[in-house]
Formats: sequence, structure tokens, C-alpha cells
Amino acid sequence: MTLAALTPRLRELLEPDAVITDPVRLRTYECDGLTYHRATPGVVVLPETAEQIAAIVRLCNEHGTPFVARGSGTGLSGGALPRTDGVLVVTSRMRRILEIDIPNRRAVVEPGVTNLAITEAVRAQGYYYAPDPSSQQVCSIGGNVAENSGGAHCLKYGFTVNHVQACEIVTPDGEIVRLDRVDAGYDLLGAFVGSEGTLGIATKITVRLSRTPESVITVLAAYDSIEEGGKAVSAIIGAGIVPAAIEMMDALAIEAAEAAVACRYPDNAGAVLIVELDGPRAEVDRQFAQLKEICSGAFELRVAADAIERAAIWRGRKSAFAAVGRISPAYIVQDGVVPRTSLPQVLASIDRLSAEHGIRVANVFHAGDGNLHPLVLFDDAEPGAGERAEIVSGAILDLCIEHGGSITGEHGVGVDKSRYMPKMFSDDDLDTMQLVRCAFDPRGLSNPGKVFPTPRLCGEVPGVRRGVHPLVEAGKAEQF
Amino acid sequence: MIEGVTVRQAGPDDAVAGVQPKWVALPESVEEIAAVMRACAERDLAVVPVGGGTKLHWGRRPDRCDVLLDLCCLNEVVEHAAGDLVVRVQAGATMEALAATLAAKGQELALDVPLEGATVGGTLATATAGPRSFRYGTPRDLLIGVTVVLADGTVARSGGKVVKNVAGYDLGKLFTGSYGTLGVIAEATFRLHPLPADRRWVSTSLPAAVIGDSSSELPLSPVPLLRALAASQAEPSAITLDWPDMQAPFTVCALVEGAAAAERAEELRAVLAEEGGRLGGGEWPTKPVAGAEAPDGWARLPGDELLIEIRTLATWADMVMTAVRDAAHVTELPAKARMWLADHLVTHVALPGDAGPAAVAAFVSSLRAAVDSGEPRATVRILAAPEEAARRVDRWGPVGGLSLMRRVKEQFDPGRRMSPGRFVGGI
Repeated sequence: MTLAALTPRLRELLEPDAVITDPVRLRTYECDGLTYHRATPGVVVLPETAEQIAAIVRLCNEHGTPFVARGSGTGLSGGALPRTDGVLVVTSRMRRILEIDIPNRRAVVEPGVTNLAITEAVRAQGYYYAPDPSSQQVCSIGGNVAENSGGAHCLKYGFTVNHVQACEIVTPDGEIVRLDRVDAGYDLLGAFVGSEGTLGIATKITVRLSRTPESVITVLAAYDSIEEGGKAVSAIIGAGIVPAAIEMMDALAIEAAEAAVACRYPDNAGAVLIVELDGPRAEVDRQFAQLKEICSGAFELRVAADAIERAAIWRGRKSAFAAVGRISPAYIVQDGVVPRTSLPQVLASIDRLSAEHGIRVANVFHAGDGNLHPLVLFDDAEPGAGERAEIVSGAILDLCIEHGGSITGEHGVGVDKSRYMPKMFSDDDLDTMQLVRCAFDPRGLSNPGKVFPTPRLCGEVPGVRRGVHPLVEAGKAEQF
Repeated sequence: MIEGVTVRQAGPDDAVAGVQPKWVALPESVEEIAAVMRACAERDLAVVPVGGGTKLHWGRRPDRCDVLLDLCCLNEVVEHAAGDLVVRVQAGATMEALAATLAAKGQELALDVPLEGATVGGTLATATAGPRSFRYGTPRDLLIGVTVVLADGTVARSGGKVVKNVAGYDLGKLFTGSYGTLGVIAEATFRLHPLPADRRWVSTSLPAAVIGDSSSELPLSPVPLLRALAASQAEPSAITLDWPDMQAPFTVCALVEGAAAAERAEELRAVLAEEGGRLGGGEWPTKPVAGAEAPDGWARLPGDELLIEIRTLATWADMVMTAVRDAAHVTELPAKARMWLADHLVTHVALPGDAGPAAVAAFVSSLRAAVDSGEPRATVRILAAPEEAARRVDRWGPVGGLSLMRRVKEQFDPGRRMSPGRFVGGI
């Protein structure tokens, strides 16, 4: 059945202004943060309750129509790329913080609430929500759940999945189910978080609130080269320190940040390292003394004296992605992970790739956990440059896989990287993962085409087939 | 029976919760596990995986068990990448052996091991944790990669050996706490932490008589004390409440780890003195003390023949204490309770293994009536109990999402040959 038949039914369910079919308005939803994948959604709905989402999903089931959930649309892997033949379920009207429970260190929120709004709501009471993706001012918690978002501080504090205690979800067949870590049974919540919208839509999320640390020390160390900065990182880890964050930028990334936000990092630095320590004052002071010793090889060491200076140090790092726009007409933001100890080799290989293809690469990375964000720069006006940039960008992912890493540390697979999944995982791995998909979404209606390159047919049981295949039996196929 | 794999006849000592298997298979590699699973699939044999066997009496008796898959021979620490704070280890390695390997390089897997002799695989399959989960989380939070073997012999991996990784579904979380019902956990990769430079335990004993006693003029709840510890910026790694005898005082203890542990312990001792003094009304069975030695039984279970687990919100400590004491009173069973605080308050209650089924049923119903009150949920489950003692109760209680769980089981193990019947809803 077509969307034309579905749309009037959607209008019956929702407020008149909550069903969008106007082509101009539809187009504002055609992509997420990964703008080179675009598709105009068939219809956009703006539900306000879980019951409405459940009803929408049941309608989609009735009509066999695919649906895609979208929060703020800041994702960087095309995870919220709409379907032209489907319904885009936008959670932006579900923005209530339903409960703040300080004694139990938890908050219950709707999926459209922004990441930072949670922290803002509890900051005065000495708490915060730990995962802090760079887009935290705008990105929604529902999107964070779908992508299992990280952030600069996940080295010490973990990812979204480590901070979500329960989710109410609408399953792909339109049932409202509560997945709660207090319950016995399979950890379906653990499987749901990070499933990129393919296992249903989160409608209510219970998160852990963390105590604001007593002391925070942020240090910026400037080195002549990436290698020297890398050695300092190894020494920090080797000393048994787990900083809240360890970030590194190379000369090109520094140049871009300087051009964009005048971050005033030390001149002529081959690399800057940002290290943040947090925790009890006595502990942080001890670690800081160790850290100064370790970073004695830096040609300049700055220590933020207060929150304003801390923000100044972070400004360059946090602006890095957008900043490369100042030094390059176009760029690709890559996200890959390598074991931390492989960083020097991998960075050297990226250098070689860059030289070989005549494509500049600016490196920004979470050095503590080996999460690289190479920014592959090119001029889209130059014939063939885009293709060469694509080659370099893809080769970086191959490097990550070769070194036993991952094709994505925090941006997700989405549509962008599904073709790399078979390089990282075997067919059996992917088939087994898709058993979960088949359990939740046997009809494949929830965000189809994402994560997995080839959907699995859910009726079939893998492995040894007993007896004759039903299609063979029915005379519709032959077996050779 | 299976080429190259050691298989022996099973004996009475191999019984799984009272069900004696026919054979015990002893694979020595992931490939051999797969060969065993394929052979079992061809013959429609039911399989129960086992590691150290410390929790083999947990969960319900299996509906059937033909083959006990003993992972004792897969016990290697495959790769300890100390610079990356990561370890890959086979499922049959004991947590103790793993800890020794890691300690040699000044690192640890930051998980408490409640039962001595437990293996990596068993710890994952039952998702056992301890008080340090307040800071570090539970096994699922530290597991970053897993290799599993399914009922049909398929070998599948998810995750990897880097901590930050969002590629694909996280099968590790699904298998953690699945009680062997989805497949065999063969290998695991964990994120590690540096061994803390220093550790201090701070504790105090308090009189239990006033808890829940409405006629008392004293404050009736240990909750403000637990809250104050949890909120302390000295950042404890663990907060526990030990109550081994319902008629006697209980002990509240907090652990601090890492740099400046002694100074931070002093801060916590001050919290205990202030909040504890208020609770005890100046009556101190033991005044707050700080020490570098773990208290007796630290991070262990209060018993494990007949073991009940209660999960509630953190602020329900008084309600849980009252509920346990009332249940013990009604049934005349001597109960021992231990609690630790994490995202939830986790309480373990041990009863004598020879308790009768009527008393056990009464104990559990009394607990459930007291704490299981809708939203937000609290749960009471029987982790371990002799089949006879537990025959009149639902071991797991109501489970949210059970129909989805059944569908997951049906996908992973359509023939119901993996530890059938042991888990929630008879999965």
C-alpha cells in the first residue's frame, strides 16, 4: 500500500500540524549531520507521546511501510537518513524532563531532550550527565541512545550504554515495552542502546546522574611532533593514571582551529595534547604532580586556572571539525579506532596515504582510547579530488581494521559504513547479530538499510538445513 | 563421539541442579567447541556449558541436559595488551588466574568475584558482580568483545579489542547474564584499569533494632548515611551494608581506591561519624574506623546454597531491611543480608539450604509483597535454591520484555538445546 493511503490515517492519530507532507518542509529533513547522503522523507510525523509513536508504528506495520526515527539530526553516519517510501518519526516535540531524582542519582527524560539540558537541570545540585558528545548542546538523548554516543570524557566515564538504566521503547511491531536493568532476563537494554534505530524507538529514558567532581585540572602541552606527544600519552597510561580526557591535535588541525576561533595555542606546535584530570581534590593534586613530570618534554605547558581558561583550552579542540572549513573548501570527517599503542604506526601510514594521493589530512583524536577523527581535506572544485579524498578516507578505515581496531568509535555505522562491516566482521558474525534484528523486527521495517550491508531473511534458520527447502518443495526453486 | 575432542561418561558429580548429563565434553579450542555443538545439533542433544561450576546450582533445573560442556581446558590468557589496557582471555580461565596475570603488569579487571573459583565464562554467563560496580559497573560494562558459539556450531564475534567501538550489535551484552541459554561464551575481551595505588576501607557498626520501628524516637533509616557516602566527593568505589544477624547490629562500609586514599578515607570517616551518629543516637557498637585491610567476607555473598537477590532504588535500604527482617520473622528462617549500592541497591539474602519449600515460598512472597510495587520497579529473584526448596515459587518474578526475550531465544536456539529451562520464563 502507498503512503498516500497511510497519510490520512496518520492525520487521524496526530494533531493537524504534526503530519508534514509539504515538499518544501519535507526537504528540511532530508539528511542528518552527514549531508552527502540525502533522501526526502515520504512523510514526517511529530508525535508527542509513546502511545502516538506506537500507533504510528502499528500503522506502518499494517501497510508494510518502513519508518525511521530522528532526534535532532546531528548524527554523522546517516543513521537518520529518511526513506522516500517511508515515515520519518521526529521526536523533537518530546522534550520533557519527566523526573529528577537526586537521592537515587537518576533522571527520567523524553527522547527529544537535549544531552546538555539534563546536565543543566541538575548542575545546581552538584550533578551532571556524563556522556558529552561534541554536539551536546543540540543532540537529543534519544539519538544518543540509538548511537551509543561517547564524547571526550568517555575514556574515564564510558559511553551512553554505561549511563542508561532503563528505556521505554516502542518495538518495531508497535508494542510499548520497558527494558530495565532492575529486571531479570536478557540484557535487551544493552543490545538496544547503540542499535541505531533498527530495534525500535526509545520513548522514555532513565539515565544515571553523576556527581560533579570536586576538582578539575586541564592542561595543554605543546610538542614539536606527534611522536613526542604520543610518548607522553603512553607515559600517562603507564603511570596508572586514568584522566577524564586525553585529546591530541596535529599541526594542520591546530592551524584550522586558529583560523576559525583564534584559540591561541602555542606557536609552531607539531602537536598539542589536552589532558584533563578530575576527581577528589587530593587525588587530582597527586596525579597533577605526576603529570607535570611526565609532560616535562613539552616546549610549553599551560594549566587552566579557572573555568574560563579551561573553556579556552577546549575551544580549539571542540571547534576542530567545523574549523577545517576555514582551510579547505570541503572535507570528510572520519571516525575510526585503533589500539592506542598502534597510534604512531597508524598516523605514519596516514601521512603516507596523504602524500601518495595529494590529499591533506588533519588529525584530531581522542588519544587515550585510540579514537581517530582524521579530517580529509579536498577542493570539490578540483576534478577528481573528491574521489581521491574518498579513497584516502576509506584507506584509513582499512588501516584501523588491519590494526585490530574498529570502523567507528562513536559516529555509528548508519548508511555511511555498512559496506565496511564485512571487512570488520565475518558473515557468521553479521548473521548472528541479525538474529537480534529478526527477534525484534522480523519484517525489517525499523530503519531498514542501516548498519548491515545485507539484510537477513528472518524466516530462515542458519546452518545445517534439514529436509527440503520449502521453495524447492513448492517447485519454486531448485537446489544445486 | 566427536573427532579429536575429549569426551567422557558423566557421573553424579557432573549433575546440573540435580540433572545428570550423559557425557562431559572437554574441548580445548573454539573450533572444538564448534565441533561439539555441531555434533550435538545432529543428534538433538541438550548442552549446558560450565566453567568453575561455582554457580551450576543457580537457576532452575534444566529441562534436559545430555552434554555438560566443560570449558576448563580453554583457560589461556590469550593477549594482555598492557599499553592498551585490554585483555583477551578464554572463557575457562579462572578470575583468580586472570587477576594474577594482570597484576604482574600492575593492572586489573575491576570486577569483584563473589565466589572463589569462578571462571571468566561463568562470571559473564551469570553477570555476577560486587560492590565495586558502584564505580566500575558490572561485567557487561567492562566487556568489549566476545566470541560465542551458537547451538548449531556457528562461531560469531562482536565488539573487538578496542574500548571505543560502536560497530554492529553488542552480542556481549546480550550474552552477559544469559545463563548459557543463547550459546557458549568461548572468549572475552575486557577493558582493564590500573591496580589502585592504595585502598582504604572505612566502616562502622550501627544498631539495627531501630530500623523500621515507628515507636522509636531515633531516625529510622540508614538511607541518609548511604546517600551521604554516595554523594561524597571523596568518590568511594564501593558502599556496602552487611547484616549477618537480624537481631544484631549491621555494618556500613565504604571503600576508597587510588591516589590519596588515606586522606579521602578520612573524609568518609567524618561522614560516617556524623550521619551514623545521628542514626545510632550516639550508640556505637563500633565507632567509625579506617583501615587498609578488607573486612571479613568483603565482596563475597552471604551464602550461596539458597540465595535471594533484591534490586531496588538506592533509597529503599530501610524498606528492604524491614522487609527482610519481617520475612525472617514470619518464616522463622535465619536470614543473612548483604547490600551494595550501584545504580540500584542490590541486596543478597542467604537462607539455610535445608529450608522447606513452604517457608521459602512464604519468605519470597513476603519480600515481594513488601518491595515489588510497580513503578519504579523493584525485583526479587531466587538466584540459587535446591529444586525441592524452590518448587513452590517463581524464581525470577515478573519480567519486563519477556516476550521479546522469548523471540531472541527462538532465534538463537530454535531447537531449545542450550541450557533449556534454566532462565526466566522457562527460557
